[in-house]
This record gives sequence, structure tokens and C-alpha cells, in this order.
Amino acid sequence: MSEARDQILARVRGAIAQTPRPAAAPRAYRRADPRGQAELIEQFCERVGDYRAEVQRVRADRVADAIRTAAQRHRAQRLAVAPGLPQRWTAGCGLQLVPDDGLAVRELDTLDGVISGASVAIAETGTIVLSGAPHEGRRLLSLVPDLHICVVEHQQVVGLLPQALERLHGAVSDERRPLTFISGPSATSDIELQRVEGVHGPRRLVVIVTQEPS
Amino acid sequence: MRAPGESFPAAAHHELANPQLRANLANATTTIRTKRARVVEELPDWQALRDAGSAIKADVMANLDTYLLEFEAALTAAGATVHWARDGAEACAVVAQVARAHGAQEVVKVKSLATDEIELNRSLAQEGIHALETDFAELILQLDGDWSSHILVPAIHRNRTEIRDLFRRTIAPGIESDEPAVLAEAARLHLRERFLEAKVGVSGANFGVARTGTLCVVESEGNGRMCTTLPPVLVTIIGIEKLVPTLADLEVFLQLLPRSATGERMNPYTSLWTGVSDGDGPQELHVVLLDNGRTRVLADEIGRQALHCIRCSACLNVCPVYSRTGGHAYGSVYPGPIGAILTPQLIGIENAPSLPFASSLCGACYEVCPVKIDIPRVLLHLRARAVDTVGGRGERSAMRAAAWVFARGSRLRAAQRLGRIAQRLLLSGGVIRRLPPPLSAWTRTRDLRPLAPRGFVEERGERE
Ligand code: SF4
Repeated sequence: MSEARDQILARVRGAIAQTPRPAAAPRAYRRADPRGQAELIEQFCERVGDYRAEVQRVRADRVADAIRTAAQRHRAQRLAVAPGLPQRWTAGCGLQLVPDDGLAVRELDTLDGVISGASVAIAETGTIVLSGAPHEGRRLLSLVPDLHICVVEHQQVVGLLPQALERLHGAVSDERRPLTFISGPSATSDIELQRVEGVHGPRRLVVIVTQEPS
Repeated sequence: MRAPGESFPAAAHHELANPQLRANLANATTTIRTKRARVVEELPDWQALRDAGSAIKADVMANLDTYLLEFEAALTAAGATVHWARDGAEACAVVAQVARAHGAQEVVKVKSLATDEIELNRSLAQEGIHALETDFAELILQLDGDWSSHILVPAIHRNRTEIRDLFRRTIAPGIESDEPAVLAEAARLHLRERFLEAKVGVSGANFGVARTGTLCVVESEGNGRMCTTLPPVLVTIIGIEKLVPTLADLEVFLQLLPRSATGERMNPYTSLWTGVSDGDGPQELHVVLLDNGRTRVLADEIGRQALHCIRCSACLNVCPVYSRTGGHAYGSVYPGPIGAILTPQLIGIENAPSLPFASSLCGACYEVCPVKIDIPRVLLHLRARAVDTVGGRGERSAMRAAAWVFARGSRLRAAQRLGRIAQRLLLSGGVIRRLPPPLSAWTRTRDLRPLAPRGFVEERGERE
């Protein structure tokens, strides 16, 4: 195999031998967003909604209520929770919570849903980013159950995708944590371009956004 | 479908006889085009993003050896095993070897053009290993022994009743409804069990980050997430051209790709993973760096930009030739304008001399390309090369393709552009050493004369 390596590298070097070093890439695109937090949250909610996900804005001390009503709406009783999910988010919600302490995938598959936090949210694209932190859990967790309830805190919302990646830079380069960008529920348009929500990932996504403390 | 060895014009005739294909394609390309235009207009800095994307890719190509070594080192440090494959056979052998080592008779696979290109499924089948396609459309095609007609919506040539009947015969006996939601549910049920059982997953990658060794898959359905997180072992095959220098460079491509591809602000799922993570996802990761003709493309200074392609398929959707013939007519894994410039370079122009002629050179592909690949320029360059390489044979196939594009009234729109093309050709005569002979062939096509600008006809007339 190292023969293949040497040969590919030699071919590459031969192919680019005459190529002058190009100038640094121009970066005239937006990397900062002047808008205030309230406006960002507004746009984030609107755009999450465009993906046919449910979105709810609640006071930070009302998250548990919002989770309960969302679960009821989807007739979900037993839900997995990320191991480091803040307890205040579920205190008194009356649901049967199953902490993920290394649940077997088959067990996870029998649950009605999952509750997780997030790392960053992007207003312009209505995207949530998970980075495998304890309040988000491993990647399977937000994938296998059919309902994903995700809590986004107001300060986690940024305007643009470049800002989100910047915030997550250390998580990837220093800690090698995986990232999952989620924009609405799983979907396919493979049959006659008609959009169907849900093939393999959760078919229903509920995003709960906490409001700025006033 | 294009029979092996059939040239583009012959295959195109064949495909045109399929009304289902034509209607679905027209609908698909128009719908996606409209959606794309809407979300692109929304961004005030779209052109700046394109400029950045184009420049980043040019830098990657100019320093590819350095980036490959950096990528390899980062992956190794992150616990992955790196393999280098000169051709498809070497890449397939790695997958087979990994599957065998884990006693896997089946691998679950997420749609990847690179694995189609190397015919991984066929190669694994010869080893007694079944590669299960998990993308909804790919599953449909696999169940029916059919193949893709569009990069992004590969089964767009099939309608719901056909798919329902197919499912009834295969994975869902007794299914009644042909509602897309019901059909998707049948696929979900069928595949869920296979995901849970799978020992080995196989994926491609949209991007690889040289600095950190991070791999990135962009998708909609979640089957990509399933394949890259559920099985204990993962093999990712990535073309050597798919690298970007740093994590921050993804900020450009993750904006360009979804808007250009499905016309969404962002696709449902984008996954990034960096080697092996403790207790999360596969605990064994193999990464195959695939050449398979890419270094040959890299050696052509004009043609090399075909390697910048991020496979968004925007150029397919705007192409007047593609939207009438569909992907099958190109007889290659990469259809449409990108296929017309990439395939002949990957497999050698002598093996696909008619493909660079499967275009009207209208320039629409260049305008939509998120990384600004100058497809018309590369087409002209390759036409000249085709003629140089295969001589008379090239010219004949060129003539047939050109005649096909321009022969009928229904292709009027394409034909009307000939004036502009001719001008461009004549003006750029200094750049292209000489006018490719097919040009003279075009004027012999009867329908063209009245449409071409007068100067063009006169010029030709003098020559003939
Ligand atoms: S050539 Fe450009 S427009 Fe066509 S698929 Fe590639 S990136 Fe997209």
C-alpha cells in the first residue's frame, strides 16, 4: 500500500510542478452579524419553522412545561435524555425519562423520543449544531428515536454559519468531538420531488428556545 | 438506458423516447432551479462566497501533496487507518478486506458517487459481500437493477406507482398505497433492522479537512448518520480532490452546497467526525484516499478545475441538453455538464470522445456553479483534445452530438444560442490553438443556417 502512496504523491507532484502558488483566498463574505440577540432569535425561530419543525419560545424557568406539552402532543411517554442534561429542564415534567448511560441501540429504538441540549444555533439557516457534549449526548441519541426535543439557550443563537463554526473550532480541533448540524426533521424528496418528512432520522423535531432573561 | 459502448447521441435518442423520464426530469429540474434561485438571491454575499470557494479549491489543487500528507497525519493521530488507492480495484479491495476481517456479509452504504465510480457494489458482490444502499432513491434503483439519472434525486425517472409495485414485489409485500409518505415508511422499516445489525458501514465524504483530519457528509434522510455512527466499523472513501485546508474553510462550502443542490438554506443533516471518538460511533475507522484518474485530471492545467466540483448538480438542472435527455444518456456516473468535462478526463478522452460535445455551450452551467468552474472553457479545451487524440473518430462523434443537439425545432432554444457560441469561439481563437473542426460540421446542419448570425454564416461559407 505504501507503494500506492508513493506513486499517488509522485503523480500529484508531477501534475502541479509548474503551478504557481495561488494568492490567498479572498474572504469578502460576511463573518460577523451586527444584529442584536432578540432579532437573531426571531429569525432563528422563523427559519426553523420553515423546515416544518415545531418551535417554541419559553421563559428559561418554563422549559420543563414546554417539554411536557410537546411530548404529550406527540404521545411520547418514555424519552431518552442526554446524560448531562440540566435537571431543571425536566424537573417535574411527569415523563418517564431514561438517561443514556450507554443504552443499547435496540433499547433506544423502543423509546418514544429523546431530549437533548445544543451547542450553537444559526439564525440565518435555522440550524442547530450538536457537538457531543454531555448535555447533548452521543450522536445515536438524537438519531434513533422518532422524536427529538432540543433545548436551545438564547445565548447560543448566532447569526451566521461562519460564526457557529468559529465557536465550535476548539471542540473539533482540540477535543476531536463530532459535530451534527440539524436543519429540520429528516426528509426525502426522492419520489416525484414530493417532500416527505422522515426516513431514518427523527421524523419530528421540536425546538424549545429560552428567552433572554429580562 | 445507455447500452455499454453506445455514444452520447445514440443514447440520447434512446432516452428521448421515454416520456416518463422526460416529464419527470422537466418537472424536477424546473422545481429545483426555482428553489435554488430563491435561496441564492437571499444571500447578499453569494458572489463573494463563490469567489472564496473557487480560490480555496485552486489552492488545494496547487498544494495537494502537502494537504494530503497533512490530512493523513491528522487522521492517523485521531486513531484512523489511512489507505491509498491508485484505482478503483485497490479501493474496493480495502473495503472487502475490512468486511472480511469483521466477518461481515453485508455492509450498509450511504450514497456516494465515488463508490459508484469504482463500482464498489459489484466488486464486493464478487467477494460474496452485499453492499446495501440505504439512500431512499438508491435503494429503489438497487432493488430494480436500475441506475441513477440525476446526482441528487437519482430515481427521478420513476413515478410513485412504479415504486409501489416494485416494493410490493420486494421489500413490502401487500403494500397498497402509493403515497410517498407510505413508501418512505416502508423503506424506513426495511432498513432500520439492517442498520441495527450492520457491522460495517461504508461512506463517501463531501469534504475532508487537511488540518484536523475531519470528514464531512452532507445529507437529507439520516441514512448517512446511521451508516457513519451505528456500525462499529466505518470505511470512508474520499477522492483526493475533496480536501479543504482548514475547518474554517468549511464555512464557505457549507453555505454554497445546500443552496446550490436542493435549494434549501441548509440540508437536514451535516455530519463532521474526526477520527474515532470514545464511546460515540465507530471504534474503527478506515479512510481510503482515492486517485482513480484524478492525478491525470490534475495534470491538465485547464481541465483541472473539474476537480473543484462539489457535486451540487446545479449545472445539471440548468443545462438544456441534460434537462431533455436525463442522466442515463451520458453513460457515466457523473452526468450533465460536470460529467461532460470530468468523465473524459478521469477515464481518458479516447474512451469518451463524444461527451465534451454533449453541450450547447450556452454558459448557464458556469453562471450557477458555486465554485465557478468555467465548464464551457473546459468543454472547448476537451473538444480540441478529443479531435487531436482520436482524429476522425472524434470528429464524427462530435458531429453526431452536435447534430443531435441542434437538429429539431424542439431544441430551438439551444440552437438559438449558437450565434453567441460561434462568436465566443472565434474571439477566443487565440486561446484555443485552433478552431476545433466540429464547428465546421455544425454549419452543415441544415436547421442552423437561418439562426446563426450573418457574420458567422459568411465566415463559414467562405471556408467551405
Ligand atoms: S460543476 Fe459546479 S455546478 Fe456542476 S455539480 Fe460541480 S459544483 Fe455543482
